[in-house]
Amino acid sequence: MSLSKSALAAVVARDIPPGSYVNLGIGLPTLVAEHLDPTSGVVLHTENGMLNMGPAAEPGAEDPDLTNAGKIPVTELPGAAYFHHADSFAMMRGGHLDVCVLGAFQVSARGDLANWHTGAPDAIPAVGGAMDLAIGAKRVFVMTTMFAKDGSPKIVPECTYPLTAPACVDRIYTDVATLQVTGAGLEVLELHDIEYATLADRLELPLKDARQ
Amino acid sequence: MIVCSSPDEAVEGTADGSVVLVSGFGMAGMPVDLVDALIRQGATDLTVVSNNAGNGDTGLAALLAAGRVRKVVCSFPRQSDSWVFDGLFRAGQIELEVVPQGTLAERLRAGGAGIGAFYSPTGVGTLLAEGKETREINGREYVLEYPIRGDLALIGAHRADRMGNLVYRKTARNFGPLMATAAETVAVQVAAVVDTGDLDPEAVVTPGIYVDRVVAV
Repeated sequence: MSLSKSALAAVVARDIPPGSYVNLGIGLPTLVAEHLDPTSGVVLHTENGMLNMGPAAEPGAEDPDLTNAGKIPVTELPGAAYFHHADSFAMMRGGHLDVCVLGAFQVSARGDLANWHTGAPDAIPAVGGAMDLAIGAKRVFVMTTMFAKDGSPKIVPECTYPLTAPACVDRIYTDVATLQVTGAGLEVLELHDIEYATLADRLELPLKDARQ
Repeated sequence: MIVCSSPDEAVEGTADGSVVLVSGFGMAGMPVDLVDALIRQGATDLTVVSNNAGNGDTGLAALLAAGRVRKVVCSFPRQSDSWVFDGLFRAGQIELEVVPQGTLAERLRAGGAGIGAFYSPTGVGTLLAEGKETREINGREYVLEYPIRGDLALIGAHRADRMGNLVYRKTARNFGPLMATAAETVAVQVAAVVDTGDLDPEAVVTPGIYVDRVVAV
């Protein structure tokens, strides 16, 4: 079995160093929060102006003035801080965030990320904070399924969707493999229920086996 | 600084063709009563600058639905509840300028701070930098971005005093403090207007120098 969404989130959470300042993107990356050890000292940043964001609000206890980037009602932890949008994005652009975790449509072998726009003629482009996070965080983790619903790989020699940022991704966490982006191409760090040869065959790009 | 008796008074005199800055991230910080007053006031052919392009059927979405907006400048128009904007856009009835969220914030900050333009690393090598001037600085490529200023800013804050000093509440702060610096006329809706001296000066986020009109709703 390839990893479930929850199990994949646990793998990402495992690799976030204690004490990190972290931004989790909308969608799948949000699940990582559930797997962070409360004693790890990891501080969550949300782009709409908050550090030390807590879990989603309990039903009945929602506060419309306290939401996350996905507009979901959340809570504050002791030590939380609020700030305006220019400060929030200075934290990204200025290199103050240790890690961000983003979803992806495609990632290229050199770490180009496409995650904001399909480029389809009827698509409504919406970028939000994706470009700022991709160029700003010290380490950019991508969290996605390895293969799209039609079976095509999301890890590709060249992105065909419009880029979010070139050469920004450090590590790619998927349901079947974790890959490290290096100057010399992609290294396979771990596999989840797939043979190395099968993965290499389906990805149509050079891989290096770096499993411990 | 005027303490207005109604949201309608706070948006008086808005001209057709105005650039209107609207605070809020989704509905948090959205000045719904001021936007409703602007619909009643009747100004049209507006350019709206806001993070989103309306949620549900109230606030900014209602202004769009009333056909008053020619162009939206925002970072994230497409959401699960942005059906008003989506319909107008697909029918070719509204222009869209998509701006990365941090660039939107910084362009507003620059607009309020008298900065002529700035170089940002965000968007380099993407569709959103096409046609823009770029420059390499210390080995990194940057794109030139220009300030945004409005004729009118509509802001949702928590409390004001009679000098226009503002405090905000939680993540409803978002674009409010930036937009308050970047428009000719700044109108603010708050839950309460308190007496001058009743806000802790150490806690004031937007000083009253930026604010023209407040109304309690």
